[in-house]
Amino acid sequence: MLCDICNKNSATVHLTEIIDDQMNELHLCEECARQKSVQMEQQFGLSDLLAGLAEFNKPALEKEAQDLKCPNCALTYNDFKKMGRLGCGECYSAFKKYLGPLLKRIHGSNLHVGKSPLKVSGGLKKKIDLSGLRQKLQKAVEAEAFEEAAHLRDQIREFEKKQPQEDKEDTKEK
Amino acid sequence: MKIDDLLNHSSEWLKASGPNSDIVISSRIRLARNLEIISFPHWADKKQSEQVLNAVSNSALKMDYLKGATILRMADLDGLDKQLLVERHLMSYEHAQKADHKAVIIDDNEIISLMVNEEDHIRMQVMQSGLNLFEAWNIINKIDDYLAKELPFAFLPDWGYLTACPTNTGTGMRGSVMLHLPALVMTRQINRVLAAISKLSFTTRGLYGEGTQATGNFFQISNQVSLGHNENEIIENINSLIKQIVEQEGQAREALLSKNRSMLEDRVSRSSGILKSAHIISSQETIELLSMVRLGYDLGMIKEIDRRDINELFIITQPAHLQKIENKKLSSVERDAKRAEIVRNRLKGIILGG
Repeated sequence: MLCDICNKNSATVHLTEIIDDQMNELHLCEECARQKSVQMEQQFGLSDLLAGLAEFNKPALEKEAQDLKCPNCALTYNDFKKMGRLGCGECYSAFKKYLGPLLKRIHGSNLHVGKSPLKVSGGLKKKIDLSGLRQKLQKAVEAEAFEEAAHLRDQIREFEKKQPQEDKEDTKEK
Repeated sequence: MKIDDLLNHSSEWLKASGPNSDIVISSRIRLARNLEIISFPHWADKKQSEQVLNAVSNSALKMDYLKGATILRMADLDGLDKQLLVERHLMSYEHAQKADHKAVIIDDNEIISLMVNEEDHIRMQVMQSGLNLFEAWNIINKIDDYLAKELPFAFLPDWGYLTACPTNTGTGMRGSVMLHLPALVMTRQINRVLAAISKLSFTTRGLYGEGTQATGNFFQISNQVSLGHNENEIIENINSLIKQIVEQEGQAREALLSKNRSMLEDRVSRSSGILKSAHIISSQETIELLSMVRLGYDLGMIKEIDRRDINELFIITQPAHLQKIENKKLSSVERDAKRAEIVRNRLKGIILGG
């Protein structure tokens, strides 16, 4: 069998490529296989993989995302695509629209149900209030995600228990 | 504690005292945390990194769990010291790379370690001997609570703790268990087990974490998903998976004992024979042969040495440990000779063919 790329040498390497759900078999000679593998390594850096996951083939969305920049640390969405790392906590809010689907792809969920810091400073503190949790609970019940709803209910209970204690601590500090 | 004191002292997680410590070496929980507003380490400027380092170490050293703990700044350590810490699993290989504004805080028993300015501002870990994830979680949860009172963590209610890499977002938690699975390897069932693990969104790595290959039948298994499940669920999941693997390894050991006893005895005896008599030995070969000696102990074929001594040998025969013991730089040939000498001495009590 001759190599699919150069059609000169005999094929000794056999590859299966999957592009957009299309399976493609390639039979290559060693020389062409080496070149091909360099190309593949370049294609599959972790950062590309992550960013690729976020965009899922919507070029229009991608174009819009290119110009995004975190107002806090000045990292651009493009930087994130290149490095696979965000610049600061605020980047999550700045790129929220793109990170939501990405997180869902990575983790199978984009809703945190684990612990939260007892005390979150400044403006963030207000975000973890009871009404936020209750809204989530309502959404979960509507979506019939009862396991999630049970967690949220527990979180709310816990929060109610902790609340008076924390308030006391706060006044002491001031 | 100075870094050289680590040598005279065995890490808590090596003591082979926890549950299932015949098959499970250690359990580890790690949490990733960042301070809000300040750029993550890879994106931060010097001033920010120094600010993080000071804030975290000041708060950490005040807590009861870390009373008398040692803080080691990477900039003050030489290459050998850093490698020693990596070999003892007290910090990651990545943390040893660029020294700027990085530190690791270690408690005296080497149960707790806290890396500052690794991939995230804080990477804390708690190690336990055997299968003991819940105890590790108990400890690290308290440390995290304490730090959360002192430091403003980057957090969003919907997405949890915010980390430099979105693969850690949510709980920021990774639970890992180090397993010794010689019988599953020998009976060629290991690939089936590993394939099943990856389908359940867990990952398998080698002895030294990310990017390392499995050697000497050691496998490190950890969760991949950190968002959408709470910490307890994640731990329950790993725990029940590990219990199943432990059971399978146990069954494979039984099967080998009943059907292939002499083959097994042969391999254990040959392995301890080489270790007892070699004058030059690589670290790779040492790990592979010690794996057989450990199995021999587990199956009652070797009685003259205990599991803790064997566990310790895996660590002290690593390159930085050998050089620290000798207190000088050794070439790789010199290391192979020193390694063989230490192993010969430690195993000389073993009686072969018993």
